[in-house]
Formats: sequence, structure tokens, C-alpha cells
Amino acid sequence: MFDRLRVMLMKELLELHRDPWAMFRLVVPLLLQLFAFGYAATFTVNHVATSVLDLDHSQESRGLISHFAATGRFDFVDFATSQADVTRDIDAGRATVAIVIHAGFARDLLNGRTGPLQVAVDGTNSNTALIALGYVGRIVARYQADRTGVTVPAAAAGASGVSVTLRERPWFNGGLEDRWFFIPGLIGTLTLIQVVSLTAFAVVREREVGTLEQIMVSPIRPIEFILGKAAPFFFIGLGEVLLITMVGEWWFHIPFLGSPLVMLLGASLFLLAALGLGLLLSTLSRTQQQAFALNFFIVNPFFILSGFAFPIAAMPAAMQWFTWINPLRYFLVVTRAVFLKGVGIAVLWPDLAVMGLLGAVLFGLSILRFRKSLD
Amino acid sequence: MKADDAVVLAQALTKRFGAFTAVDGLDLAIARGEVVGFIGPNGAGKSTAIRLLCGLLRPSAGRAIVAGYDVGREPEAVREHIGYMSQKFSLYGDLTVRENLQFFGGLYRVPRRELEQRMGLAVALAGLEGRERALVRTLAGGWKQRLALGCAILHRPPVLFLDEPTSGVEPEARRKFWDLIHHLASDGVTILVSTHYMEEAEYCNRIALIDAGRLVAIGSPGSLRRRELGGTLYELECSALGAAVAAANSAPGVIDAAIFGDKLHVLMAQGADTAELARLLGRARITAGPPRAIIPSLEDVFVRLVAKPRDRRSGA
Repeated sequence: MFDRLRVMLMKELLELHRDPWAMFRLVVPLLLQLFAFGYAATFTVNHVATSVLDLDHSQESRGLISHFAATGRFDFVDFATSQADVTRDIDAGRATVAIVIHAGFARDLLNGRTGPLQVAVDGTNSNTALIALGYVGRIVARYQADRTGVTVPAAAAGASGVSVTLRERPWFNGGLEDRWFFIPGLIGTLTLIQVVSLTAFAVVREREVGTLEQIMVSPIRPIEFILGKAAPFFFIGLGEVLLITMVGEWWFHIPFLGSPLVMLLGASLFLLAALGLGLLLSTLSRTQQQAFALNFFIVNPFFILSGFAFPIAAMPAAMQWFTWINPLRYFLVVTRAVFLKGVGIAVLWPDLAVMGLLGAVLFGLSILRFRKSLD
Repeated sequence: MKADDAVVLAQALTKRFGAFTAVDGLDLAIARGEVVGFIGPNGAGKSTAIRLLCGLLRPSAGRAIVAGYDVGREPEAVREHIGYMSQKFSLYGDLTVRENLQFFGGLYRVPRRELEQRMGLAVALAGLEGRERALVRTLAGGWKQRLALGCAILHRPPVLFLDEPTSGVEPEARRKFWDLIHHLASDGVTILVSTHYMEEAEYCNRIALIDAGRLVAIGSPGSLRRRELGGTLYELECSALGAAVAAANSAPGVIDAAIFGDKLHVLMAQGADTAELARLLGRARITAGPPRAIIPSLEDVFVRLVAKPRDRRSGA
């Protein structure tokens, strides 16, 4: 078995070595995506384009507006003079948020009544809208506190009675940096995309060129062929994991608190599953187009239903079930935990075990599916 | 030949793809050291038949024994004992001559001590001495083809299946390739080779004419020419070939008339008179030279044999 495995491996490595673009294709898209996510992917809402309509023209209304300006979260793009201006700003997309302070704001406040303040938000991007509204609530609460000298939590603003003070102290990511969340997650996501497509195409290409027929007619066993095909991509996958981890730690300064060995174990089990998936796709495709379509069809749902960006707990039950058979789901838990929490096998063993199981099943299926026949 | 002596034996071998029958009840027995050619138009089922015999496709019915092993039941044992060149060129272009040989030698587990010597022979066979380090994709067609043959025989298979090995190769390289085939056959290798070049059929010990999945005729080139036509073949130079075919077909004693290049070939029953043919052509205002009796080419035989079952079908 090892004789044939060795010649398969040698052949794969030579082909890879002769491909002048191989290094480029393996490293450049990975780094581009890594930096795109590192710098651009953030849930933080800043510089929200805001239209202001002050119909009260009082010291109090100007005070409220200056509270908005002071946070830096809101950029005033228009000081409107009428309600129609505000509507136009939102319709045209010039402003995401409109703040309308109605006449009588100062009078009502001075009389101890609730001042009429209207906030309109463009809800097209529900996430941004929600976060912007949260800021609005906090700024208004702060304004009220500054005016009255009493600290009132945002949610309880206006309510009287017991005063509760909230001191936030997030664990593992004290600054709540989105980057700390995304970059460890990218290790699994980018590696999955690369490894699945590389492996799927590697077999299909041989089928198209005709060399696969020449291999099938030889006495090679399916397991020798599959392992020989997969092994180089396993090491390529490990290299990519290492690359992203290093860039994450040294360029983006994401803390790496856990053990590199746990990361290595997790990555190996995850790669087993990813390779199995790629090989399975390749046995289901006759042409590179088919492999491409299948790859797109499979990898995107794996990405969306993994917890990389969208919380699994918020998904409908049926979608949550799918995440149980998604190896990326488990590897995301492992990478984030190893980076940020520094926990080890004692905590992560269930995730590692499931990845191993999925890997064994997918790999086994691809060996069974690889028939040495053209039927 | 007795079936027991056959190195390649097919009995009612059939392959269906859905409703389409690609190979239909093929019976074939090939002796050790024989070179047998599969001749037939594209889509006749030559490649499918070869793939069945290699164990790349499972037979729908019938069976095949190759090198003593049943293809349907022991495909792995068959694989150890055959060499195969598929229709598509299938070496690794990004690997050197030597690396390709090492790879295929390794697949067949040629012992390392022997591999070196056999690789040397394969390189010599392909005429690639001194170019062992050249990438295969940089080689011209003829060399690639001979190297592919060298790769296919590294494990010394007693049976070789070559599926259109010379397609797209220039005539000079094709001739060299056939020299190699005969060299191997003289060492006792049994070779089944398909081609659509009629002139290559002449190089085979026996020819199997295949059309629409069926074996139409099998025999040596000479015997096929003598036996299968069933008449005397005449060649005429004449004007208006299309009209000439119609006129000739209506002449008494004419079995078949067909255009052959820029000439007319007329097959006449044994002993029939050509005078009536000339008279009918003259009446149709066709200027024709005198009919000359010729030795039929294999193409004549093939055209005639393939036409026969169709005539019967349209007549029914």
C-alpha cells in the first residue's frame, strides 16, 4: 500500500511544484480575504449620516444636539428646516437617522413633563438601525442624567424609584473588538473554502484530462488513490491555518492564549472533514463546471450555517439541526476558544470528537464512492 | 482456434447505456501474440468494447476472459495483466519523461531494481534518449504516443489494449508506432488495437470490422478482401459520378456501385459482363473509361459489409 501511496504523493507534489501559480493561488486570496475581514468586517456603527430638524430652537434642544455630536457616532449631514426635508433625506439615502425635536421641547422639560423627541431610522440595514437606535437611547439617557445630575440606566430612563447601576465588563474580549471575533473564525472559514475546492478540482481535472482513466485501469486501490490525493492538501491546509494564525497574532495582535497543540489537533481533525467533503464532491462531478457548481452549492451554506457571523442560537430549529453536521461549526468553537479563552481539551473534547467523527464518515464515503469504473 | 487457447475471449459481450446498446453480443477470440485491429466508424462501439475488456466498464450481458481472468468477476486480476492506452492522451504533461515512467512503474509495483532497466528500455523504445528530463507537454505527438506505450508496458503485460493510439499523429510517426506494436507482438504480447485509419488495418494479423456495436466480419486483411465481397470489383474513371452511380446500379449483374474518391467502383456478380454496364453509362450521356478489374481495398469491403444489413433493413 505504501509503495503506491508514495508514488501518488510524489506525483502530486511534483505537479504542484511545477505549477508556477500554485503558491500565488494558495496564499494571495487567503491574505486578501484575511486583511479585508481584519480591517473592513465590523459590526461597529460609526459616523452615521444624520439629518437634524430642530423646531424648538431652544438652549435645551441645542444641548441635546451637542450631546449627539460629542459622541462621534453621528455625522450631521443636514440641518433640515421642515419635516419634508427630513423625509427627503431618508428617502434619498443621504441620512440613515433623522432626529426631530418638536416645538415645546424646552417648555415641557422645564415643566417636568416628557419632552417630545422623534427619531426616524432607515431600517433597510436592520443591524445598523438597531445599533444606531441603541446609541440614541444611551445619548438621550446621558443628556437627561447631565441635566438632572441623576444617573439612570438607558432602559429605565424616565422610570422613577430604585436606581440600578450597570457596570459592563465583557470577558475574553474586553474591548469588544469585532476583529478578535472574526480573525480566529477566518482560520476555519478560509481553510474550508480553499481545501474543499482544491481537492474537488484535483480529482475532476484528472478525469477531464484523461489521466484518471489510466489510473483506474491500474491495480491501484481506491484508498491508495484517495489518500495520495488528499495528503498534499492536508499539509497545505495546515500551512494555511499556520499562516492565518501568525498574521492574526502578530499583525492584528489577537491574543493567542491557548495551546498550539490543541489548535493543531483541531485543525487536523477539521482538515480531515474538509478533505473528505472535497473528495466526495469530486466523486460526484464529471466536469470542472459541475465541481464548481457543487462547491458553491455546498460551501456557502456551510459558511452561513456555521456561526461565523450569524449566531446559531438565532436560527430556526431546522437550520440549527444542519449546523450539527457542519464541521466548520465545531472548528469555529475551537479556534475562538483557543485564541481568546485559552481553554484546552478538557473543555473542547466534544467539539474535537464530533469533527473527528464527521471527518471519518466523509472520508470513508469518498473512498466507497470512488469506483474504479467509468459506469 | 479453440476458446481455451484464447488470451482474449469475449462471449456475447454486451454493453447497454439505458436504451442504447453500444456493444451488441460481441464474440471474439484472440490468440497469444496476435495483433487484432478494431476497425469501424466513430461511435461504432470500438472504445466501449475495449473498455469492457479492460474492466473499466461492467458488461450488461455476456462475459469476457482476459489473460485467464473473468473481467466481470476479477477485474483487479485482469488489471495486473494488461496494458492500456486510452483514446485521450493520458500522461502527466507537467511531469518529465522520467517522472511519468517512475509514476506508472510505481503504480504497477515494478520492483525498483528492474524499474531502472525497464525505464531505459521504454525511453529507447520511444526514441527519447537524452530527453528524460523534458516535460512531457513539450514533446511532439508521436513521441508522446510512444512514451505512453512505454508507460503501458513497464509492468510487462501479456495483453495490450490500444484505443486509437495513432489518432492525430503524423503518418511517419504512425508507421514507427506500428513497428513497435509488431516488435511487441513478436515477443508474444497479444495486442488489440482500434483505429479509424483504413490503411493501418493492413498492419494487423486480423481485422474485426465493427459497426453499430456489432462485429460485422473478422479475418485477415487478405481473406476479408477475397471472401467478403462476393464478386469482382471494377474501377472506372467517369464524369458525373452521382448520375453514374444511379446508372450503374440499374445495370444487370451489378451488385453495388459506389463513389470511391474521384472514381466509380462497381461490384459485379462473378462472370457478369461489363459491356451492358458501359452501354447503360453511355446512354446516360456519361463519358466513362474502360472498367478495370481491381483488388478491393479494405475500405471497399467495409463499405460493402456495412451497407448489407442496412439494405436488408430498408428492404424489410
